[in-house]
Amino acid sequence: MLSIYCPHCGEHREEEEFHPKGQAHIVRPLDPESCSDKEWGQYLYFRKNTRGLHHELWVHAAGCRKFFNITRDTVSYEIREVYLIGEQPSVTSDRAQS
Amino acid sequence: MQRYSGFGLLKHSLSHHENWQRAWRNPKPKKHYDVIIIGGGGHGLATAYYLAKEHNITNVAVIEKGYLGGGNTARNTTIVRSNYLWDEAAHLYEHAMNLWEGLSQDLNYNVMFSQRGVLNLGHTLQDMRDIQRRVNANRLNGIDGEVLDTQQVQEIVPLMDCSANTRYPVLGASWQPRAGVARHDAVAWGYARGADSYGVDLIQQTEVVDLIIEDGAITGVKTDRHGIISAGRVGSVVAGNSGVMAKKAGFELPLESHPLQALVSEPIKPVLDTVVMSNHVHGYVSQSDKGDLVIGAGIDGYNGYGQRGSYGTIEHTVQAIIELFPMFSRVRMNRQWGGIVDTCPDACPIISETPVENLFFNCGWGTGGFKATPGSGHVFAATLAKGKAHPLAKPFSMYRFHDGALIDEHGAAGVAH
Repeated sequence: MLSIYCPHCGEHREEEEFHPKGQAHIVRPLDPESCSDKEWGQYLYFRKNTRGLHHELWVHAAGCRKFFNITRDTVSYEIREVYLIGEQPSVTSDRAQS
Repeated sequence: MQRYSGFGLLKHSLSHHENWQRAWRNPKPKKHYDVIIIGGGGHGLATAYYLAKEHNITNVAVIEKGYLGGGNTARNTTIVRSNYLWDEAAHLYEHAMNLWEGLSQDLNYNVMFSQRGVLNLGHTLQDMRDIQRRVNANRLNGIDGEVLDTQQVQEIVPLMDCSANTRYPVLGASWQPRAGVARHDAVAWGYARGADSYGVDLIQQTEVVDLIIEDGAITGVKTDRHGIISAGRVGSVVAGNSGVMAKKAGFELPLESHPLQALVSEPIKPVLDTVVMSNHVHGYVSQSDKGDLVIGAGIDGYNGYGQRGSYGTIEHTVQAIIELFPMFSRVRMNRQWGGIVDTCPDACPIISETPVENLFFNCGWGTGGFKATPGSGHVFAATLAKGKAHPLAKPFSMYRFHDGALIDEHGAAGVAH
């Protein structure tokens, strides 16, 4: 089980208190009406699904209920960094993604 | 190929079973193949088998980075059923079911397909409404199914707690009598042996490290042990690693890879002669011929390639199973493991052409790919042979996520399995 640091609560808590919400930093198109089907489908469904370092959104569902970002290795599951919404990750490249 | 039979068994017993022919060769790869299939799991091997058998394309290689059937084929809970809601999915899974029913004879390999029936339990009024809708849809599609009430469920599974005293009482179930289980490893081995007998090369312990793409068309693959192997067409059947393979080809897929866990108990005397699944309390259980209880869980919510998941997920599943079967509370669990499943937003697979010419993907089976193995291989072989999607595969194009024609099977695929 992962032990996750909630930057809002300032504490490590067990994974069960949190929900993963998928890939972070997905930008909603400013004007959805002007998107082509492809652009909109791409935004809604298509994901990096990285093997290796993954920037992802989590919510402290059974805690403060606030969202934040995690950079996590999807092979070792090691959490490399926790950072707030609106911030950019400082850990971005690890070993080559295979 | 040496055919297996009762007489053969008798004959070989005279020589202490020391002279059986190897089930398949271990060949050195050629420089060029008409079709290369990446991934030697059940789906990939079935694809190779049907390419050779149905389409007469035998200059085929299956390239597997580990050993045959060592991924999700070895890790699933072996449930086979076809009671899906929507026509497109129902037809595809029923196609697989029809192939399952003659598979052991076709392959001359006992895949131990046991049609012991599958129960999908309902615990709420809405569950029961959904079950009725799904069973009606199934029957319209010619797929067997019945809606059972609590009493009928209790008669099929006497040891399940169907009383009103549980937290989520069993109100009824859908029942597909033709559904059941099969021996997962035998499916991979049977297809491998069948494909090999037609001359398909099974290249194990060889990883595809890159795809050779020229002018928007694939011309071959680069491997770690055998260099570049050229190919007319390439089919990627790599389940959890489909996203990784798509990245090499330069596009994204609407997939996320998650760990899906399962566990088995110590072997016990026969107690459960069917398969019980519950979307609502989220667990499913059957008993293998060996006697161990095979129990499945939900996926872990996060993306993961680690072939292991979190303990909390197992705890939830075991809670659900104990609620249904209080007598299992003291059974000791023997082993637990995880596989990487590639889940699609609409819980349906992708069998598709891709932005790269002559490169095809068969992926996105998520939590329920095992049951589809023969059908998946069959339609993907046709897709690779003809260069365009088989009619049953057509609705499962990756481009449905652009035009919005999704096939929402979250109801029928609700429990990961």
